[in-house]
Amino acid sequence: MILIHCPYCDEKRPEIEFANAGQAHVARPLDPSSQSDEEWEAYLFIRANPRGRHHERWRHVHGCGRFFNAVRDTVTDKFETTYKAGEPRR
Amino acid sequence: MTHHSAFSLFAKALGGHQDWPEQWPDAAPKPAYDAIIVGGGGHGLGAAYYLAKKYGITNVAVLEKGWIGGGNTGRNTTIIRSNYLYDESAHLYDHAVKLWDGLSQELNYNVMYSKRGVMMLAHNVHDVQSLQRHINANRLNGVDNEWLTPQQAKDYCPPLNISPDARHPVLGAALQRRGGTARHDSVAWGYARAAAALGVDIIQNCAVTAIRRGADGAVEGVETTRGPIATKRIGVSAAGNTSVVMQMAGLDFPLESYPLQALVSEPVKPTFPCVVMSNTVHAYMSQSDKGELVIGAGTDQYVSYSQRGALHIIEHTLAAICEIFPIYRRMRMLRTWGGIVDVTPDRSPILGKTPVKGLYVNCGWGTGGFKATPGAGDLLAYTMAKDEPHRINAPFNLDRFRNGRLIDEAAAAAVAH
Repeated sequence: MILIHCPYCDEKRPEIEFANAGQAHVARPLDPSSQSDEEWEAYLFIRANPRGRHHERWRHVHGCGRFFNAVRDTVTDKFETTYKAGEPRR
Repeated sequence: MTHHSAFSLFAKALGGHQDWPEQWPDAAPKPAYDAIIVGGGGHGLGAAYYLAKKYGITNVAVLEKGWIGGGNTGRNTTIIRSNYLYDESAHLYDHAVKLWDGLSQELNYNVMYSKRGVMMLAHNVHDVQSLQRHINANRLNGVDNEWLTPQQAKDYCPPLNISPDARHPVLGAALQRRGGTARHDSVAWGYARAAAALGVDIIQNCAVTAIRRGADGAVEGVETTRGPIATKRIGVSAAGNTSVVMQMAGLDFPLESYPLQALVSEPVKPTFPCVVMSNTVHAYMSQSDKGELVIGAGTDQYVSYSQRGALHIIEHTLAAICEIFPIYRRMRMLRTWGGIVDVTPDRSPILGKTPVKGLYVNCGWGTGGFKATPGAGDLLAYTMAKDEPHRINAPFNLDRFRNGRLIDEAAAAAVAH
Protein backbone atom coordinates (compact mmCIF):
# COMPACT_ATOMS: atom_id res chain seq x y z
CA MET A 1 0.00 0.00 0.00
CA ILE A 2 1.35 3.39 -0.94
CA LEU A 3 1.47 6.42 1.35
CA ILE A 4 0.05 9.64 -0.03
CA HIS A 5 0.73 13.16 1.19
CA CYS A 6 -2.46 15.19 1.48
CA PRO A 7 -1.54 18.84 0.84
CA TYR A 8 -4.49 20.03 2.95
CA CYS A 9 -3.91 17.82 6.01
CA ASP A 10 -0.14 18.06 5.41
CA GLU A 11 0.23 14.42 6.40
CA LYS A 12 1.29 11.17 4.73
CA ARG A 13 -1.61 8.74 5.03
CA PRO A 14 -2.24 5.21 3.66
CA GLU A 15 -3.76 4.81 0.23
CA ILE A 16 -7.04 3.34 1.55
CA GLU A 17 -7.97 6.78 2.90
CA PHE A 18 -7.93 8.14 -0.64
CA ALA A 19 -9.90 7.74 -3.83
CA ASN A 20 -8.22 8.19 -7.17
CA ALA A 21 -10.18 10.53 -9.43
CA GLY A 22 -8.41 10.06 -12.74
CA GLN A 23 -6.25 12.30 -14.85
CA ALA A 24 -5.73 15.84 -13.54
CA HIS A 25 -6.17 19.12 -15.40
CA VAL A 26 -8.90 17.85 -17.73
CA ALA A 27 -10.99 21.01 -18.02
CA ARG A 28 -14.68 20.81 -18.85
CA PRO A 29 -15.42 22.89 -21.97
CA LEU A 30 -16.67 26.36 -21.03
CA ASP A 31 -19.10 26.45 -23.96
CA PRO A 32 -20.32 22.85 -24.32
CA SER A 33 -22.72 23.45 -27.21
CA SER A 34 -19.94 24.77 -29.46
CA GLN A 35 -17.85 21.60 -29.10
CA SER A 36 -17.30 19.27 -32.04
CA ASP A 37 -17.63 15.49 -31.73
CA GLU A 38 -13.82 15.25 -31.74
CA GLU A 39 -13.55 17.70 -28.86
CA TRP A 40 -16.17 15.82 -26.85
CA GLU A 41 -14.39 12.55 -27.50
CA ALA A 42 -11.12 14.05 -26.28
CA TYR A 43 -12.74 15.52 -23.18
CA LEU A 44 -14.80 12.47 -22.23
CA PHE A 45 -12.71 9.50 -23.26
CA ILE A 46 -9.13 10.16 -24.35
CA ARG A 47 -6.71 9.84 -21.44
CA ALA A 48 -2.96 10.36 -21.19
CA ASN A 49 -2.10 6.93 -19.71
CA PRO A 50 1.67 7.61 -19.79
CA ARG A 51 4.32 5.11 -18.84
CA GLY A 52 6.19 7.42 -16.47
CA ARG A 53 5.30 10.85 -15.11
CA HIS A 54 1.54 11.18 -14.64
CA HIS A 55 -0.67 14.01 -13.36
CA GLU A 56 -3.70 12.71 -11.51
CA ARG A 57 -6.41 13.79 -9.08
CA TRP A 58 -6.92 12.22 -5.70
CA ARG A 59 -9.57 12.82 -3.06
CA HIS A 60 -8.87 12.39 0.63
CA VAL A 61 -12.30 10.75 1.16
CA HIS A 62 -11.64 9.35 4.64
CA GLY A 63 -9.85 12.49 5.78
CA CYS A 64 -10.51 16.09 4.87
CA GLY A 65 -12.64 15.02 1.89
CA ARG A 66 -10.94 17.43 -0.50
CA PHE A 67 -9.61 16.97 -4.03
CA PHE A 68 -5.96 17.61 -4.82
CA ASN A 69 -3.53 16.90 -7.64
CA ALA A 70 -0.48 14.67 -7.65
CA VAL A 71 2.45 13.81 -9.88
CA ARG A 72 3.31 10.12 -9.77
CA ASP A 73 5.57 7.83 -11.76
CA THR A 74 3.37 5.04 -13.14
CA VAL A 75 6.24 2.56 -13.36
CA THR A 76 7.49 2.85 -9.77
CA ASP A 77 4.22 4.22 -8.29
CA LYS A 78 6.39 6.75 -6.44
CA PHE A 79 4.82 10.16 -5.80
CA GLU A 80 6.90 13.09 -6.96
CA THR A 81 4.68 15.74 -5.39
CA THR A 82 1.12 16.56 -4.41
CA TYR A 83 -0.45 20.02 -4.60
CA LYS A 84 -3.74 21.70 -3.91
CA ALA A 85 -6.50 21.92 -6.50
CA GLY A 86 -6.35 25.15 -8.46
CA GLU A 87 -2.57 25.43 -8.24
CA PRO A 88 -0.71 25.40 -11.56
CA ARG A 89 0.36 22.11 -13.13
CA ARG A 90 3.77 20.97 -11.91
CA MET B 1 7.69 -30.01 -35.96
CA THR B 2 6.98 -33.26 -34.16
CA HIS B 3 3.36 -34.28 -34.37
CA HIS B 4 2.07 -34.78 -30.84
CA SER B 5 0.08 -37.95 -30.27
CA ALA B 6 -0.32 -40.72 -27.74
CA PHE B 7 2.14 -42.71 -29.81
CA SER B 8 4.81 -39.96 -29.88
CA LEU B 9 4.38 -39.53 -26.13
CA PHE B 10 4.86 -43.26 -25.61
CA ALA B 11 7.84 -43.40 -27.96
CA LYS B 12 9.56 -40.47 -26.22
CA ALA B 13 8.83 -42.03 -22.84
CA LEU B 14 10.94 -45.01 -23.85
CA GLY B 15 13.85 -42.59 -24.24
CA GLY B 16 13.16 -41.01 -20.87
CA HIS B 17 11.71 -37.89 -22.52
CA GLN B 18 15.26 -36.74 -23.23
CA ASP B 19 15.00 -36.10 -26.98
CA TRP B 20 11.99 -33.78 -27.38
CA PRO B 21 12.89 -31.17 -29.99
CA GLU B 22 12.38 -27.44 -29.36
CA GLN B 23 8.74 -26.44 -29.81
CA TRP B 24 9.55 -23.65 -32.23
CA PRO B 25 12.76 -21.92 -33.36
CA ASP B 26 13.92 -18.75 -31.62
CA ALA B 27 13.89 -16.50 -34.69
CA ALA B 28 16.02 -13.43 -35.36
CA PRO B 29 14.34 -10.51 -37.14
CA LYS B 30 14.53 -10.31 -40.95
CA PRO B 31 14.71 -6.88 -42.67
CA ALA B 32 11.11 -7.00 -43.91
CA TYR B 33 7.81 -8.82 -43.39
CA ASP B 34 4.37 -8.74 -44.99
CA ALA B 35 2.86 -8.20 -41.57
CA ILE B 36 4.08 -7.62 -38.04
CA ILE B 37 2.25 -8.36 -34.83
CA VAL B 38 3.37 -6.29 -31.84
CA GLY B 39 2.92 -8.37 -28.70
CA GLY B 40 3.59 -12.08 -28.30
CA GLY B 41 0.74 -12.96 -25.99
CA GLY B 42 -2.06 -15.37 -26.84
CA HIS B 43 -3.96 -12.74 -28.84
CA GLY B 44 -0.95 -11.72 -30.94
CA LEU B 45 0.26 -15.28 -31.53
CA GLY B 46 -3.30 -16.28 -32.39
CA ALA B 47 -3.50 -13.47 -34.94
CA ALA B 48 -0.21 -14.60 -36.51
CA TYR B 49 -1.42 -18.19 -36.63
CA TYR B 50 -4.75 -17.32 -38.30
CA LEU B 51 -3.03 -14.91 -40.74
CA ALA B 52 -0.87 -17.81 -41.89
CA LYS B 53 -3.49 -20.56 -41.65
CA LYS B 54 -6.64 -18.89 -42.96
CA TYR B 55 -5.36 -16.06 -45.13
CA GLY B 56 -2.09 -17.45 -46.48
CA ILE B 57 0.02 -14.57 -45.14
CA THR B 58 2.96 -16.52 -43.77
CA ASN B 59 5.75 -13.92 -43.97
CA VAL B 60 4.78 -12.63 -40.52
CA ALA B 61 6.77 -11.70 -37.43
CA VAL B 62 5.50 -11.60 -33.87
CA LEU B 63 7.56 -9.13 -31.85
CA GLU B 64 7.58 -9.73 -28.11
CA LYS B 65 9.51 -7.40 -25.82
CA GLY B 66 9.85 -10.03 -23.10
CA TRP B 67 9.30 -13.75 -23.44
CA ILE B 68 6.39 -15.66 -24.94
CA GLY B 69 3.51 -15.96 -22.52
CA GLY B 70 5.23 -13.79 -19.90
CA GLY B 71 2.72 -10.96 -19.99
CA ASN B 72 -0.98 -11.08 -19.28
CA THR B 73 -1.30 -14.44 -21.06
CA GLY B 74 0.63 -16.05 -18.23
CA ARG B 75 -0.87 -13.85 -15.51
CA ASN B 76 -4.63 -14.28 -15.90
CA THR B 77 -6.95 -16.66 -14.07
CA THR B 78 -7.77 -18.63 -17.26
CA ILE B 79 -11.55 -18.26 -17.12
CA ILE B 80 -13.57 -18.81 -20.29
CA ARG B 81 -17.20 -17.75 -20.68
CA SER B 82 -19.41 -15.81 -23.07
CA ASN B 83 -22.43 -14.80 -20.96
CA TYR B 84 -22.24 -11.11 -21.83
CA LEU B 85 -25.37 -8.98 -21.90
CA TYR B 86 -25.29 -7.08 -25.17
CA ASP B 87 -25.70 -8.65 -28.60
CA GLU B 88 -22.36 -7.37 -29.87
CA SER B 89 -20.49 -8.74 -26.86
CA ALA B 90 -22.31 -12.06 -26.83
CA HIS B 91 -21.42 -12.61 -30.50
CA LEU B 92 -17.80 -11.60 -29.94
CA TYR B 93 -17.16 -13.75 -26.88
CA ASP B 94 -19.18 -16.70 -28.15
CA HIS B 95 -17.15 -16.65 -31.34
CA ALA B 96 -14.13 -17.27 -29.11
CA VAL B 97 -15.84 -20.01 -27.08
CA LYS B 98 -16.72 -21.84 -30.30
CA LEU B 99 -13.05 -21.69 -31.33
CA TRP B 100 -11.94 -22.93 -27.91
CA ASP B 101 -13.94 -26.07 -28.57
CA GLY B 102 -11.66 -27.50 -31.24
CA LEU B 103 -8.48 -25.65 -30.36
CA SER B 104 -6.43 -28.52 -28.93
CA GLN B 105 -7.04 -30.59 -32.07
CA GLU B 106 -6.45 -27.67 -34.40
CA LEU B 107 -3.12 -26.75 -32.81
CA ASN B 108 -2.12 -30.37 -32.06
CA TYR B 109 -1.37 -29.03 -28.60
CA ASN B 110 -3.34 -29.73 -25.45
CA VAL B 111 -4.66 -26.37 -24.22
CA MET B 112 -6.57 -28.24 -21.49
CA TYR B 113 -9.89 -26.50 -22.19
CA SER B 114 -12.15 -27.81 -19.46
CA LYS B 115 -15.88 -27.06 -19.71
CA ARG B 116 -16.40 -27.22 -15.98
CA GLY B 117 -19.01 -24.47 -15.94
CA VAL B 118 -18.89 -20.86 -14.78
CA MET B 119 -21.31 -20.01 -12.00
CA MET B 120 -22.08 -16.41 -11.10
CA LEU B 121 -23.58 -15.83 -7.68
CA ALA B 122 -26.48 -13.55 -6.80
CA HIS B 123 -26.28 -12.09 -3.30
CA ASN B 124 -29.15 -9.61 -3.34
CA VAL B 125 -32.35 -8.77 -5.20
CA HIS B 126 -30.53 -6.62 -7.71
CA ASP B 127 -28.13 -9.46 -8.51
CA VAL B 128 -31.04 -11.85 -9.02
CA GLN B 129 -32.75 -9.49 -11.45
CA SER B 130 -29.53 -8.62 -13.25
CA LEU B 131 -28.39 -12.23 -13.66
CA GLN B 132 -31.84 -13.36 -14.84
CA ARG B 133 -31.81 -10.55 -17.38
CA HIS B 134 -28.41 -11.81 -18.53
CA ILE B 135 -29.75 -15.36 -18.81
CA ASN B 136 -32.66 -14.22 -20.97
CA ALA B 137 -30.47 -12.03 -23.16
CA ASN B 138 -27.88 -14.81 -23.53
CA ARG B 139 -30.45 -17.40 -24.55
CA LEU B 140 -31.84 -15.06 -27.22
CA ASN B 141 -28.30 -14.91 -28.60
CA GLY B 142 -27.83 -18.67 -28.53
CA VAL B 143 -25.49 -18.56 -25.53
CA ASP B 144 -26.25 -21.17 -22.88
CA ASN B 145 -26.97 -19.87 -19.40
CA GLU B 146 -29.35 -21.15 -16.76
CA TRP B 147 -30.70 -20.18 -13.37
CA LEU B 148 -29.86 -22.27 -10.30
CA THR B 149 -31.53 -22.17 -6.91
CA PRO B 150 -29.17 -21.91 -3.91
CA GLN B 151 -29.43 -25.68 -3.33
CA GLN B 152 -28.75 -26.43 -7.01
CA ALA B 153 -25.77 -24.08 -6.81
CA LYS B 154 -24.44 -25.95 -3.79
CA ASP B 155 -24.98 -29.29 -5.52
CA TYR B 156 -22.91 -27.98 -8.43
CA CYS B 157 -20.21 -26.54 -6.16
CA PRO B 158 -20.24 -28.24 -2.73
CA PRO B 159 -17.83 -25.86 -0.92
CA LEU B 160 -20.32 -23.02 -1.38
CA ASN B 161 -21.87 -21.65 1.81
CA ILE B 162 -25.60 -21.15 1.17
CA SER B 163 -26.63 -20.55 4.77
CA PRO B 164 -29.15 -17.72 4.98
CA ASP B 165 -27.11 -16.34 7.87
CA ALA B 166 -23.97 -15.99 5.74
CA ARG B 167 -22.31 -12.62 5.41
CA HIS B 168 -22.97 -12.83 1.65
CA PRO B 169 -26.13 -14.96 1.34
CA VAL B 170 -26.54 -16.84 -1.93
CA LEU B 171 -29.98 -16.18 -3.45
CA GLY B 172 -29.27 -18.11 -6.63
CA ALA B 173 -26.76 -18.36 -9.43
CA ALA B 174 -26.41 -18.20 -13.20
CA LEU B 175 -24.54 -21.13 -14.70
CA GLN B 176 -22.93 -21.25 -18.11
CA ARG B 177 -22.03 -24.90 -18.54
CA ARG B 178 -19.87 -24.30 -21.62
CA GLY B 179 -17.72 -21.92 -19.58
CA GLY B 180 -14.61 -23.17 -17.88
CA THR B 181 -10.86 -22.85 -17.88
CA ALA B 182 -7.85 -23.62 -20.06
CA ARG B 183 -4.14 -23.79 -19.43
CA HIS B 184 -2.99 -20.28 -20.37
CA ASP B 185 0.69 -21.10 -21.08
CA SER B 186 -0.38 -23.91 -23.38
CA VAL B 187 -2.49 -21.51 -25.37
CA ALA B 188 0.48 -19.23 -26.04
CA TRP B 189 2.86 -22.12 -26.69
CA GLY B 190 0.36 -23.95 -28.87
CA TYR B 191 -0.26 -20.92 -31.06
CA ALA B 192 3.46 -20.08 -31.21
CA ARG B 193 4.36 -23.63 -32.23
CA ALA B 194 1.59 -23.89 -34.82
CA ALA B 195 2.32 -20.43 -36.24
CA ALA B 196 6.07 -21.09 -36.45
CA ALA B 197 5.35 -24.35 -38.30
CA LEU B 198 3.53 -22.29 -40.94
CA GLY B 199 6.51 -19.94 -41.35
CA VAL B 200 5.82 -17.21 -38.78
CA ASP B 201 8.89 -15.79 -36.99
CA ILE B 202 8.44 -15.61 -33.23
CA ILE B 203 10.93 -13.01 -32.05
CA GLN B 204 11.48 -12.55 -28.32
CA ASN B 205 13.34 -9.79 -26.45
CA CYS B 206 12.45 -7.40 -29.25
CA ALA B 207 10.69 -4.25 -28.06
CA VAL B 208 9.20 -1.88 -30.60
CA THR B 209 10.59 1.62 -30.02
CA ALA B 210 9.09 3.56 -32.94
CA ILE B 211 6.62 3.18 -35.81
CA ARG B 212 7.91 4.48 -39.14
CA ARG B 213 5.41 6.16 -41.46
CA GLY B 214 5.70 7.30 -45.07
CA ALA B 215 4.83 10.66 -46.65
CA ASP B 216 1.19 9.54 -47.10
CA GLY B 217 0.97 8.63 -43.41
CA ALA B 218 0.82 4.88 -43.97
CA VAL B 219 3.03 2.64 -41.86
CA GLU B 220 6.35 1.60 -43.43
CA GLY B 221 7.90 -0.32 -40.58
CA VAL B 222 9.02 -0.36 -36.99
CA GLU B 223 12.19 0.44 -35.09
CA THR B 224 13.00 -2.18 -32.52
CA THR B 225 15.68 -2.93 -29.96
CA ARG B 226 16.92 -5.49 -32.49
CA GLY B 227 17.03 -3.13 -35.47
CA PRO B 228 14.57 -1.69 -37.99
CA ILE B 229 12.00 -3.92 -39.73
CA ALA B 230 10.03 -2.86 -42.79
CA THR B 231 6.35 -3.77 -43.17
CA LYS B 232 3.12 -2.36 -44.58
CA ARG B 233 0.85 -3.92 -41.96
CA ILE B 234 1.17 -3.74 -38.19
CA GLY B 235 -1.25 -5.35 -35.77
CA VAL B 236 -0.84 -4.07 -32.23
CA SER B 237 -1.88 -6.54 -29.55
CA ALA B 238 0.05 -5.12 -26.62
CA ALA B 239 -2.55 -5.12 -23.80
CA GLY B 240 -1.49 -2.72 -21.03
CA ASN B 241 1.19 -1.11 -23.17
CA THR B 242 -1.11 -0.28 -26.09
CA SER B 243 -1.23 3.44 -25.23
CA VAL B 244 2.57 3.59 -25.32
CA VAL B 245 2.75 1.84 -28.72
CA MET B 246 -0.05 3.96 -30.18
CA GLN B 247 1.76 7.13 -29.09
CA MET B 248 4.55 6.04 -31.45
CA ALA B 249 2.07 6.50 -34.30
CA GLY B 250 0.83 9.79 -32.84
CA LEU B 251 -2.50 8.35 -31.71
CA ASP B 252 -4.12 9.11 -28.36
CA PHE B 253 -6.25 6.19 -27.24
CA PRO B 254 -9.23 5.99 -24.89
CA LEU B 255 -7.39 3.60 -22.57
CA GLU B 256 -6.14 3.53 -19.02
CA SER B 257 -3.78 0.84 -17.72
CA TYR B 258 -4.32 -0.64 -14.28
CA PRO B 259 -2.66 -3.42 -12.28
CA LEU B 260 -4.90 -6.46 -11.88
CA GLN B 261 -3.90 -9.08 -9.34
CA ALA B 262 -4.36 -12.79 -8.95
CA LEU B 263 -3.11 -15.34 -6.47
CA VAL B 264 -2.90 -19.08 -5.96
CA SER B 265 -3.01 -21.23 -2.87
CA GLU B 266 -0.89 -24.20 -2.01
CA PRO B 267 -1.93 -27.21 -4.13
CA VAL B 268 -4.56 -29.51 -2.60
CA LYS B 269 -6.65 -32.45 -3.76
CA PRO B 270 -9.59 -31.72 -6.09
CA THR B 271 -12.23 -29.96 -4.01
CA PHE B 272 -13.57 -27.27 -6.29
CA PRO B 273 -15.27 -28.57 -9.44
CA CYS B 274 -16.14 -25.40 -11.35
CA VAL B 275 -15.50 -21.67 -11.65
CA VAL B 276 -17.44 -19.45 -9.24
CA MET B 277 -17.63 -15.70 -9.66
CA SER B 278 -19.22 -13.17 -7.42
CA ASN B 279 -19.24 -9.73 -8.93
CA THR B 280 -20.96 -8.17 -5.95
CA VAL B 281 -18.31 -9.09 -3.40
CA HIS B 282 -15.67 -9.11 -6.10
CA ALA B 283 -14.11 -12.53 -5.90
CA TYR B 284 -13.75 -15.40 -8.28
CA MET B 285 -12.12 -18.73 -7.96
CA SER B 286 -11.37 -22.05 -9.65
CA GLN B 287 -9.00 -24.92 -8.99
CA SER B 288 -6.21 -25.68 -11.42
CA ASP B 289 -5.38 -29.22 -12.50
CA LYS B 290 -2.23 -28.87 -10.39
CA GLY B 291 -4.49 -28.41 -7.36
CA GLU B 292 -3.96 -24.75 -6.59
CA LEU B 293 -6.97 -22.58 -5.93
CA VAL B 294 -6.72 -19.81 -8.51
CA ILE B 295 -8.23 -16.58 -7.21
CA GLY B 296 -8.76 -13.35 -9.06
CA ALA B 297 -8.71 -10.01 -7.27
CA GLY B 298 -9.69 -6.57 -8.49
CA THR B 299 -7.73 -3.79 -10.13
CA ASP B 300 -5.96 -1.06 -8.22
CA GLN B 301 -7.64 2.30 -8.42
CA TYR B 302 -4.80 4.17 -10.10
CA VAL B 303 -3.07 4.00 -13.47
CA SER B 304 0.13 2.00 -13.24
CA TYR B 305 2.58 -0.06 -15.30
CA SER B 306 4.26 -1.58 -12.25
CA GLN B 307 2.91 -5.17 -12.74
CA ARG B 308 2.23 -5.34 -9.02
CA GLY B 309 -0.73 -4.30 -6.95
CA ALA B 310 -1.55 -3.33 -3.41
CA LEU B 311 -2.03 -5.91 -0.67
CA HIS B 312 -5.32 -4.46 0.55
CA ILE B 313 -6.92 -5.44 -2.76
CA ILE B 314 -5.97 -9.07 -2.10
CA GLU B 315 -7.14 -8.87 1.51
CA HIS B 316 -10.52 -7.67 0.31
CA THR B 317 -10.84 -10.57 -2.12
CA LEU B 318 -9.69 -13.20 0.36
CA ALA B 319 -12.12 -11.89 2.98
CA ALA B 320 -14.94 -12.50 0.49
CA ILE B 321 -13.59 -15.95 -0.48
CA CYS B 322 -13.44 -17.00 3.19
CA GLU B 323 -17.06 -15.94 3.70
CA ILE B 324 -18.40 -17.67 0.61
CA PHE B 325 -16.28 -20.82 0.96
CA PRO B 326 -15.58 -21.24 4.69
CA ILE B 327 -13.75 -24.55 4.17
CA TYR B 328 -10.80 -22.62 2.71
CA ARG B 329 -10.29 -20.37 5.73
CA ARG B 330 -7.08 -22.13 6.74
CA MET B 331 -5.65 -22.44 3.23
CA ARG B 332 -2.30 -20.78 2.75
CA MET B 333 -1.65 -18.66 -0.29
CA LEU B 334 1.43 -19.54 -2.28
CA ARG B 335 2.03 -16.48 -4.41
CA THR B 336 0.44 -13.34 -5.81
CA TRP B 337 1.24 -11.37 -8.94
CA GLY B 338 -0.09 -8.56 -11.06
CA GLY B 339 -0.56 -7.81 -14.73
CA ILE B 340 -1.30 -4.52 -16.45
CA VAL B 341 -4.72 -4.41 -18.08
CA ASP B 342 -5.87 -1.76 -20.55
CA VAL B 343 -9.36 -0.58 -19.75
CA THR B 344 -11.65 1.34 -22.11
CA PRO B 345 -14.35 3.76 -20.93
CA ASP B 346 -17.14 1.29 -21.87
CA ARG B 347 -15.24 -1.83 -20.73
CA SER B 348 -15.48 -3.34 -24.21
CA PRO B 349 -12.45 -4.00 -26.40
CA ILE B 350 -11.27 -2.02 -29.41
CA LEU B 351 -10.61 -4.39 -32.30
CA GLY B 352 -10.20 -3.04 -35.80
CA LYS B 353 -8.61 -0.36 -37.94
CA THR B 354 -7.03 2.87 -36.73
CA PRO B 355 -6.85 6.29 -38.45
CA VAL B 356 -3.31 5.34 -39.59
CA LYS B 357 -3.26 3.28 -42.79
CA GLY B 358 -1.77 -0.16 -42.21
CA LEU B 359 -2.06 0.04 -38.44
CA TYR B 360 -4.55 -2.28 -36.75
CA VAL B 361 -5.31 -2.67 -33.10
CA ASN B 362 -6.61 -5.27 -30.69
CA CYS B 363 -6.77 -3.76 -27.22
CA GLY B 364 -9.00 -2.69 -24.36
CA TRP B 365 -9.86 -6.19 -23.17
CA GLY B 366 -9.43 -4.89 -19.67
CA THR B 367 -9.74 -7.53 -17.00
CA GLY B 368 -11.17 -10.24 -19.26
CA GLY B 369 -9.09 -10.84 -22.37
CA PHE B 370 -7.99 -14.45 -21.91
CA LYS B 371 -11.38 -15.98 -22.73
CA ALA B 372 -11.36 -14.14 -26.05
CA THR B 373 -7.89 -15.30 -27.14
CA PRO B 374 -8.83 -17.44 -30.17
CA GLY B 375 -11.61 -15.08 -31.25
CA ALA B 376 -9.51 -11.93 -30.92
CA GLY B 377 -6.63 -13.54 -32.83
CA ASP B 378 -8.97 -14.73 -35.56
CA LEU B 379 -10.70 -11.36 -35.93
CA LEU B 380 -7.48 -9.33 -35.86
CA ALA B 381 -6.11 -11.62 -38.59
CA TYR B 382 -9.29 -11.14 -40.64
CA THR B 383 -9.15 -7.35 -40.23
CA MET B 384 -5.47 -7.22 -41.23
CA ALA B 385 -5.89 -9.56 -44.19
CA LYS B 386 -9.00 -7.87 -45.63
CA ASP B 387 -8.28 -4.31 -44.45
CA GLU B 388 -11.80 -4.22 -43.06
CA PRO B 389 -13.35 -5.55 -39.87
CA HIS B 390 -15.36 -8.76 -39.72
CA ARG B 391 -19.02 -8.16 -38.91
CA ILE B 392 -18.42 -9.58 -35.42
CA ASN B 393 -15.75 -7.01 -34.52
CA ALA B 394 -17.13 -4.14 -36.62
CA PRO B 395 -19.06 -2.67 -33.63
CA PHE B 396 -15.86 -2.67 -31.56
CA ASN B 397 -14.29 0.14 -33.57
CA LEU B 398 -12.45 3.19 -32.33
CA ASP B 399 -15.06 5.56 -33.78
CA ARG B 400 -17.63 4.56 -31.18
CA PHE B 401 -16.09 6.98 -28.69
CA ARG B 402 -16.78 9.77 -31.17
CA ASN B 403 -20.21 8.81 -32.45
CA GLY B 404 -21.41 7.64 -29.05
CA ARG B 405 -22.29 4.10 -30.05
CA LEU B 406 -20.72 2.61 -26.94
CA ILE B 407 -21.04 -1.05 -25.94
CA ASP B 408 -21.45 -0.32 -22.28
CA GLU B 409 -20.70 -3.63 -20.60
CA ALA B 410 -19.35 -1.76 -17.57
CA ALA B 411 -22.66 -1.82 -15.76
CA ALA B 412 -23.78 -5.05 -17.35
CA ALA B 413 -20.89 -7.40 -16.63
CA ALA B 414 -19.89 -5.66 -13.39
CA VAL B 415 -16.22 -5.51 -12.52
CA ALA B 416 -14.95 -9.04 -12.76
CA HIS B 417 -14.57 -10.42 -16.26
